Amino acid sequence: MIDNTTRREFLAQLGALGGLVLVASVPGVVKAEDAAKYGADGMPHGWKDDPLAFVAIGTDGTVTILVHRSEMGQGVRTGMPLIVADELEADWSKVRVSQAPADEEKYGNQDTDGSRSTRHFFEPMRRCGAAARTMLEQAAAQTWGVPVGQVHAVNHEVIHQPSGRKLGYGALAQRAAKLPVPPRASVRLKSPEQFRYIGKGQTGLVDGWDIATGKAQYGIDARAEGMVFAVIARSPVLGGKVARLDSAEAEKMPGVLKVVQLQAAAQGATFQPLAGVAVIASDTWVAIKARNALQIQWDDGANKTYDSPAYRAELEQAARKPGKVLRSTGDFDGALAKASRKVEAEYYLPHIAHATMEPPAAMARIDKGRCEVWAPTQAPQVTRTDIAKYLGLPEANVTVHVTLLGGGFGRKSKPDFAIEAALLSREMGGKPVKVVWTREDDLHHDFYHTVSVEHLQAGLNEQGKVTAWLHRSAAPSIGSIFGPDPKHELPFEVGMGLVNLPFDIPNLRIENPEAAAHTRIGWFRSVSNIPHAFAVQSFVAELAAAAGRDHRDFLLELIGSPRLIDPTSQGDGWNHGESPKLYPVDTGRLRRVLETATREAKWGRKMPQGSGLGLAAHYSFVSYTATVVEVAVDSTGALTIPRVDIAFDCGPQVNPDRVRSQLEGAVVMGLSLALTGEITFRRGRAEQDNFHMYQVMRMDAAPREIHVHTLPSNDWSMPLGGVGEPGVPPVAPALANAIFAATGKRIRQLPVKDQLEPGGPELNAS
Amino acid sequence: MDLSINGQSVQVNASSDTPLLWVLRDHLGMTGTKFGCGMALCGACTVLVNGEAVRSCVTPVSSLAGKQITTIEGVGATQPGKALQEAWVAVNVPQCGYCQAGQIMSAAALLATKPHPSDPDIDAAMAGNICRCGTYPRIRAAIKRAAGQTEGAA
Repeated sequence: MIDNTTRREFLAQLGALGGLVLVASVPGVVKAEDAAKYGADGMPHGWKDDPLAFVAIGTDGTVTILVHRSEMGQGVRTGMPLIVADELEADWSKVRVSQAPADEEKYGNQDTDGSRSTRHFFEPMRRCGAAARTMLEQAAAQTWGVPVGQVHAVNHEVIHQPSGRKLGYGALAQRAAKLPVPPRASVRLKSPEQFRYIGKGQTGLVDGWDIATGKAQYGIDARAEGMVFAVIARSPVLGGKVARLDSAEAEKMPGVLKVVQLQAAAQGATFQPLAGVAVIASDTWVAIKARNALQIQWDDGANKTYDSPAYRAELEQAARKPGKVLRSTGDFDGALAKASRKVEAEYYLPHIAHATMEPPAAMARIDKGRCEVWAPTQAPQVTRTDIAKYLGLPEANVTVHVTLLGGGFGRKSKPDFAIEAALLSREMGGKPVKVVWTREDDLHHDFYHTVSVEHLQAGLNEQGKVTAWLHRSAAPSIGSIFGPDPKHELPFEVGMGLVNLPFDIPNLRIENPEAAAHTRIGWFRSVSNIPHAFAVQSFVAELAAAAGRDHRDFLLELIGSPRLIDPTSQGDGWNHGESPKLYPVDTGRLRRVLETATREAKWGRKMPQGSGLGLAAHYSFVSYTATVVEVAVDSTGALTIPRVDIAFDCGPQVNPDRVRSQLEGAVVMGLSLALTGEITFRRGRAEQDNFHMYQVMRMDAAPREIHVHTLPSNDWSMPLGGVGEPGVPPVAPALANAIFAATGKRIRQLPVKDQLEPGGPELNAS
Repeated sequence: MDLSINGQSVQVNASSDTPLLWVLRDHLGMTGTKFGCGMALCGACTVLVNGEAVRSCVTPVSSLAGKQITTIEGVGATQPGKALQEAWVAVNVPQCGYCQAGQIMSAAALLATKPHPSDPDIDAAMAGNICRCGTYPRIRAAIKRAAGQTEGAA
């Protein structure tokens, strides 16, 4: 059910188009299958393919398609409607896109994360468009009194072949709306050669013009009559609370309306807002100034001793001792003892912050027991459920309008900021309140990417082949925000490039020692693949160097022959939530991306002094990526990146231009994280305040050339892979390997920062 | 106080130290100009003041009397502004899009002084604008397109 407010707005939008049909009135016509397990079936509320929920056609022929996933730059507001429009045989110029509110009962799962919107909803959206097309064809056949088999839809009209009669979608809309939704089994999908938009790459961004002209609306842009503005001073340490507050100075400032205390969040309290003091004022600037005038003494609590150098030492100790065994094949210890050469390395990856360009922000108002929220959320339904819980309202009385997201990267899967807006609106008697996080708030109170020490050991035989491999990964878990700290990586974390190592090595052990969380740990684009891929792909380069082999050939040999690996045989029961039968790990595809990237980058070419090429390949989100980075390092240690090649296989691509853009972006973000991304803690507090301390890659440092090589696939029977995240993991190790090739210096801790400067930290040269 | 924004005279009632950014966003409802850092570090809030790129998050309104302010909502009325907006769409530059208004404003200031910028010119003019999604190759391509220059595959 969508609530009345939303329905009103939706109807108003459609009314403006000159007519209204096909708007939902028959709930639950089409439901997800029972016994759901994998893919969208395994997600809360599964999938829906009901055309009445997603498609509306006005009598003027305008087709409005609802998008139920959040747009954060991955292109879903273009890609999803494009799928529906294709099967619907709609003329794209007559398609309008509208954003669905939070309502998973109606739309299916809305959690926009895990690189799965398109792979989970490609088929449901195709069926949705095809069902609507079928209804239009049936309506035309009825109008003409001819068998439905004699009519077919082409480009926004239905044609009666024998007589040549035609009727446009607008003219058919009202009659079509009265027809029952055809049973799923009877709906005829297009064959791929009939695709009009899918896979063609000729569809511009739905929001392109609005973005370029400043009209696009993000959460921070939400406005309502009588709106007031809030900023919050939050506990700098997780679990801390206000010990003493003097707000007299702040409350005297002109424009300040109210100062409100927010209760302490317990550790493990999921997305609960942090304890803090909110200032509500007539504009954001007044609120910021008044917040600066607050005198707060914090009771920091147990995490006040969290200190990054000390914690790193703790992780190192843990990683040097045996840990929980996740996977063991053959006899690692025996094989290592027999090895003719032993190699050991340890890698450190710090916390990183998402730093979405739109900081967390949301607006809420409450009127007569109903709450409306405008939020840039990746998790609309979670936001709705949580706000209902915090306000003590039935969920039906909470409407979450999903705005555009000014970046998400996993940060906006956590709706703490939207809950804050709702709580503060209640404090203001229901007045619309907009909460804005400053950049300092964002960097100080993120759900940070984990911090880790990755310890690896390997044995090589006399021929330089790897006979033994040990990987211990020690990192605090995202599980720590959901309850008691599990102190071990969860299946979805170890399934990101740790246990599912696709190498052909006879003696192998993978362990996960304990690590406790002292801050909020959260998903960051590609998540645990970041440390796991960095360690594995750096270590392979170290082994190749030790064996005196070409890195590319050595990695291909480790990957081994093209074969399909059942992920469960590797101790990965998670497999990105996908069926192990439908999505085995295909080493042939991993080899192909590596071969493609190295070929395109002209791997093996002679490089000038101070320049080098580095490579890495990684499987994640059921897609395959390989990267070659070219670097040049001058005598001062200054590094430039002239060129990056990235090869990618995600199976068939719905919107190839957006696939390319995601990979271009992943390259820049991956390099940015590797070069400068680090959040450190001291006395429990994040030390970086703004972009001068947490540096993000800028245009002058970005690679001048990024060459994306997507492996073409026109085989639409192949299951789709993820796109948003899998570009990131191989970028940092390819960079580190390029630096080694250029300078002989081995980067074992991120970020690179000043490690290349003369007089910088001593690095291992081989 | 009176401000001149996009060729229109606008009456504003805000304390004199209020940055232009918050006057635009909170007082005037012109939300195209974005908040990103509050310290002139990211460029999301870029506007033109007498044709020059200025970070509105650190520019008090009191300093703007008698000056011509152009925002993303008005830059399309200028030739380079319009060309840039069209190029941004043609190249499909945006990902999340949040920083792009600021990017376009910095690019507009660049083209106003250098109609045919070199790569180093573009680097210098655009290095103050962060894009977390990493759209830099397409921003470069779009600037060249707007300048009537051709750009190889990004």
